[in-house]
Amino acid sequence: MNIKMRHVNSITVLDLDGKITLGESTAALRNAVRSLLKDGKKNILLNLGDVSFIDSAGVGELVSSYSSASSQGGRLKLLQLTKKVREVLSITKLLTVFETFDDETKAIASFK
Amino acid sequence: MLLRMMAVTFNDGEGSVSQGPTRGLAPNIIEVSIDSKFEFLDLVQNITHDITEGMGFDEDSSYWIGLSVRESVINAIRHGNQLDERKKVELCFEVKPDRVTIYVNDQGEGFEAEALPDALDPANLLKPSGRGIFCIKSFMDEVDFHRLPGGGMQLRMVKIKSKPTTQ
Repeated sequence: MNIKMRHVNSITVLDLDGKITLGESTAALRNAVRSLLKDGKKNILLNLGDVSFIDSAGVGELVSSYSSASSQGGRLKLLQLTKKVREVLSITKLLTVFETFDDETKAIASFK
Repeated sequence: MLLRMMAVTFNDGEGSVSQGPTRGLAPNIIEVSIDSKFEFLDLVQNITHDITEGMGFDEDSSYWIGLSVRESVINAIRHGNQLDERKKVELCFEVKPDRVTIYVNDQGEGFEAEALPDALDPANLLKPSGRGIFCIKSFMDEVDFHRLPGGGMQLRMVKIKSKPTTQ
């Protein structure tokens, strides 16, 4: 999985590309989010538009990232869920936990 | 041996064994055996996709079966074989015209499937793990667990063609 970082106003957007599965990709996501939080960048938007596959470990990492941000006074939201990622988050009831957006402008505005 | 794969086709009671890629074949039984290493997850998932796609499952169903097999192997390696790489995870795909039945055997001490925590319990929603078996049960039509006579656990799961992908 590739992770590209960009900043929009005070929001950090992580564009994720590839599979979020047990192993290197979940570790990469964990490290990226931890690094942001350590630097005080606590408003994070994960763009999942190019995530082709996610397993339960990947879902767990999204939850861990969300919890880490929340516990430090930050917010982590999700952008552009693919149909299959949305279905996995739906059956696990995590759509009731995460704020999700299809439109990036609206997602960025929601942090204000 | 890190990975062993065998495909068996029965014709009028005569059995034959072939080894190698499964694409294009229509075997009744396909067996895959791996060491308990997560590096094999993508390979097993790809084999699963090739089998189900070859059977005529639609793309979504093949995707969810692949996810279910991946989760079952993770479970077998982590909770069954306790990450002991010397222990095997053995998969058997039983192919019939209307369904695939997949058996995933480990060589561990076994566990009580009924004792698994409820992934949808509000108290568990923010836990980072514990969703693998739940996902399998959600995307497959039948899922059950058996203790194997010689030790270890067997997860058996069935996907029937043209069934909804979620419960």
